[in-house]
Order: sequence, then structure tokens, then C-alpha cells
Amino acid sequence: MLDLRQYNSLGDALRAALETWPDETCLIEADRERENLRLTYRQFKQSALPLARAIQDAGFVSGTRAAIIMTNQSKWLISAYAIFFGGGVLVPLDYKLTAAEQIKLLQHSGAEFLVVEYYLWRALTQAEGFNELRTRVVLVTEAPKDAELGGAKRWEEFAETREPVFVARERKDQACIVYSSGTGGRPKGCVLTHENYLEQCVALTSLYPFWPGVRYLSILPTNHAIDFMVGFIGPFTCGATVVHLRTLRPEYIREAFTKYQITYMALVPMVLKNLEKGLRQRFADLPKARRTVLNGLIGVNRTLTRRRPRLKLSRTLLPQVHQAFGGGLRAFFVGGAFTEPATLQFFYDLGIQVGNGYGCTEAGTAITLNDFRPFRADTVGKPLPGMEVKIVNPDSEGIGEVAVRSKTLMSEYLDDPEMTAETIVNGWLVPGDLGRIDAAGHLQLFGRKKNMIVTEEGKNIYPEDIETYFEGLPVKEFCVFAANYLWPARTMVGEQLVLVVHPDPGQPITPELVSRIAERNRRLTNYKRVSGYLEWDRDFPLTASMKIKRIELAEQIGKSVERSAVESL
Amino acid sequence: MAKYEQMSTLQDTTNEVLALASTHFKVPREQLTPDDDFFKKLGINSLQALDLLTRIEQHFHIELPDYELQGVSDFRTLAERIQSRL
Repeated sequence: MLDLRQYNSLGDALRAALETWPDETCLIEADRERENLRLTYRQFKQSALPLARAIQDAGFVSGTRAAIIMTNQSKWLISAYAIFFGGGVLVPLDYKLTAAEQIKLLQHSGAEFLVVEYYLWRALTQAEGFNELRTRVVLVTEAPKDAELGGAKRWEEFAETREPVFVARERKDQACIVYSSGTGGRPKGCVLTHENYLEQCVALTSLYPFWPGVRYLSILPTNHAIDFMVGFIGPFTCGATVVHLRTLRPEYIREAFTKYQITYMALVPMVLKNLEKGLRQRFADLPKARRTVLNGLIGVNRTLTRRRPRLKLSRTLLPQVHQAFGGGLRAFFVGGAFTEPATLQFFYDLGIQVGNGYGCTEAGTAITLNDFRPFRADTVGKPLPGMEVKIVNPDSEGIGEVAVRSKTLMSEYLDDPEMTAETIVNGWLVPGDLGRIDAAGHLQLFGRKKNMIVTEEGKNIYPEDIETYFEGLPVKEFCVFAANYLWPARTMVGEQLVLVVHPDPGQPITPELVSRIAERNRRLTNYKRVSGYLEWDRDFPLTASMKIKRIELAEQIGKSVERSAVESL
Repeated sequence: MAKYEQMSTLQDTTNEVLALASTHFKVPREQLTPDDDFFKKLGINSLQALDLLTRIEQHFHIELPDYELQGVSDFRTLAERIQSRL
């Protein structure tokens, strides 16, 4: 791998990578059974530089912000490199957000350039707020021949042959603005520097190395911190290959393992559980005698790998299991949400390592990661090299709020010094989770301290962002809470949101009102919905500026009502 | 008349989608209506919804890109997306 200490910026490091491994394959893009594209590092450079020149000709300079809204594909990475080459700041936006949400974040980020897939662009042009959008140059990929582009330009034709100018950046300069939430209310744009990424890359690859020939299957959205790191910066600075699939259908993902001899893949707990379910079913369908043999071999593997993973041995003991994953799989990385220990143990017993960790965008991806010395299913691993983790105000069991300090911490939330000051206190980031560090130095998580939930699909949901969808309900006031915030529970799974409704005096909650709530709820993306409502008959405590004092209200509710009072929707 | 035919076809498509969902996720057909939220009614996650999309493709002999499912959570809109590709 490149010695990243020598480089000051992502553009600098990526440029060196393209020169170091010109003939290695850096990208494969497949769609179902078809292979769309295969690029070497040399060809990647040849694709990106004409784009870099063209955007420079269109006024792109050092520090210009450029957003990308795309599914995982080659043009995502090519565009990102062109942006970094020109000294720009990348704003990777979630393609799964609604167009109206994307417009809000585009506005907030101040992005002047936008690279977007045609079908997403079409939705943007029809969304509320589109006319106020301040992006100057929009490049649309894969637009049909006669498509109306509404002032945008075709990405495929946006190229200039003259050599672009490489724009150097310093380590402390902004590299990306990544939104960790805030689609409904207050946008949380994490400002991450080049140093944040370079340091994180060094730490992660020290545990999970990439090298030429290693193939990473990219299915988590590249706008997400995990895939951006292990599906772009990590493999590229090591000369490895990224495989993009344009579909997330489980059957094609399974095929891709064998077809492309995948080495690593990052996924969310939901997908990992789905793989587990599929394997368990296949095991259950085996004739009894074979199942007994298999269980025996799994038991042998478990015993022999108790102290450390022994990949070759596991592959020999359980060849069919490993062949189902192509035979070359070294590890899965799981993140974005809490993974159940039983699932981690299931895979480890088969000889498949699952790099389980804990992190957040604000900390530049991962904070802790399992190092397999030895495997532990009950923790989220040890702090990565360069990460300091401490527990603030621990109780008698050692459980308290997790705080983190490292060179990978974001510098700020964009344009929000108040929220930055709440999140980074004296140089320590407080992500809002409760944990304990055990005698072996492993971090165990016990629940959340802050008012939010994380779905098993890895989505962070903040109640404040949901509330806008319920505005205008004929009630005196309402507020959304994470159920575990009202009734603290030491769990990281099955988290739910609750709508607390304070009806107007003398106006009980009628079936009509419930159906109106349910109707509003249905308008939300499935993972953002509230699971029930709670009737509350007292006035909400308010600040002088008439904002709800959420902490105080949560305490009042938690003390006087049981969780069972929540009515399901 | 042409309009009526088109409407009736969309209705057919919707019915076929409901029947497929009912069989695949073992939910009685009579419990499903076009305006139902399929995530909730079938008790499925986004991965299982993709699985439903695959069944639909096989049934209608069409290819539906994953993005066609984005932002869609009721059977009626899903049927409209299918209809536009038939």
C-alpha cells in the first residue's frame, strides 16, 4: 500500500495510486449477469482527467463544493477523483433520500456542482424547492438519448482533452461534507478533512489489509462513510479492485461472490442476518446424515479457531460453505447498526470473520473494531490504532457515556457551532452511546443516551426530523421520541419511535385523528415511521423561545407512564 | 374506450401483484388491498421487497431496475411502475 503519511490530501494519494498500479484492475461494474465495465488504474485516470479539465473550465477551483447523488457505480468514483484532483470539497448525498430532502441538503451544503444519475435528476426537477437550487453546473449520467435535461449537461460528453491542473490541498483542509442526518430539521453536515480520511485509512488497513488482487464488493451506498472508506479510498490506495453491482438483489450478490472472487464486503446487519438465514435454511435442508457431519465439522472448526482465526484450516474443513462465497472471501465488515452476537458467532464458527465495529460519521467511520485476537461476539472490539476511547461518569458497573478522541474526528458540523459544541467537548466526541470498557480493553455497548434510533438497515433516525411530517395535526402539541429514550432500556436492537400527542382540551383522541396520524405516518419512508402514539394530557415544558424542552418532557413521561401505554399504529 | 382498457389493465396488473405477494409471503389474498403499505402488511424489510420485485419480473417477463422501488411502499404505485414497462 502507499505510505499515506507522505500525502497531504485524498487527491494527492489517489493520484499516486493511479501512477503506482497502472495495469491493475481498479474497477469492475456489473449489472445482474452483465459486466458493464472493467477499468485499470490507467484507464480510470484516462476517464477522470478529461472530466477534471472540463469542470475546471466551467469554473471549478480550490474549495469548490461538488455534490454526488448516485447509486454505487464507476462514475461515482471517477467523478469523486476529478473533484479531489481539482482541489474541491465533495458532498456525497444519499441517493435513497427523497428529492425534496436532497434539495434541502444541496442548499445547505452550498454545492455549486452536482453529478447525478438521470432518474434521480428527473425526480429533483419535479420536487418542491427545485427552482431555488443554487447549483451552477449539473452533470447527469446515463440520460436517454432524447431526454429533456432542464439545463443540465451530459456527464458522458463533459470532457476536455487538455491536461487539467492538479490543485494541492493541506491535511487540515476540508475534503468532504457528509450528512449524518437532518433531512427534516437541522442538517448535520460533518466536515471531514483530508487528514481525517488519511488517518482512518491507515488505521483500518493495518487490521484489514488490501493489496493488488484483493476484490471488494461494494453494495453499501458509497455516500455512506463505510463504503467511501473501504470501497474507495482503502482499496485504491492499496492497488486493489472495487466491484460495483448495479442491483442489490440477493441472488445477484450471491452470484457475484463466485463470479468475481470477492475478498471483502461491507454490509449492514440486516443483510448479514439475511445471509445467515439463507445458510441456516440450506443446512436444515441437508439429509440428516450430512447435517450431522456438517455440525461436527463446525464444532471442530469452532474449537480449533478459539484463540485466533485460521482461514486456510476453515476453508479445508468446510469447503462447501466457503465455496458458496466464492472461495476467496476473507472477511465481512459489518456496521451502521448493532449486530447481534449470535449472528457474529454463527459466521465465526464457519470460519468466516465478520469485522464488527462501532463508529459514526463524526468520527470518520470506525472507532473500534474486532481484531480477532481472540474473537469476541459480545463486544464491538478495541479502539483502532490512534483512537482514544473513554467512559464518562461510569456507574457502579462501569457503564457510562462513550467519548472519543483522535485525528479522525470531524472538524465541525457545517454552519452549526452550537451543535458542534454539544458534540465535541474539549476535543472529545460524544456520540451519545452508553458503553463499558472491559478488562481486555474491548468496548461493550449498552444502549443510547441520546434521543435517536438506528435501524438494522443502518439508518440513523432523529425524532426531530420526523416531526415535520406531522405538522398541522389538529392537536395542541406533539413531539416524537425514541421509545428507549423515554423508558431507558439496555438494548441496541428493536428500537422504535413514539409520537407523543397532547390533544386540545376537551378533545379526546378520536379514531379519525388516529387515522390521520396513520396516514401521515405512511407518507414517511418505511424505516422512519413511528410505531405508535402516546396520549399525554399535560402541557409540554417550553423554553422562552417556545421550543419544547425535550429532556424535561422525556423525564416527565418516563416517570409517569409505562411503555405499555403506547398505542400501536 | 381506450382509456377504459388501459384502466382495466392496470387493475389486472394490481391484482396480479397482490396475488404474487399473497403467495410469496403467505398472507391471505383477501387481506391485501391496492393501497396497503406492503412493508407493513407483509411484514417485510427492504431486502425482502427486492425479492418480491424479482418474483414480479419473472411473472411479467420484464426487467425492473432496483430504483423503481425507491420511495414506493404501496401495491398500487408498484403496479403503476410495472404497467409503464409492460
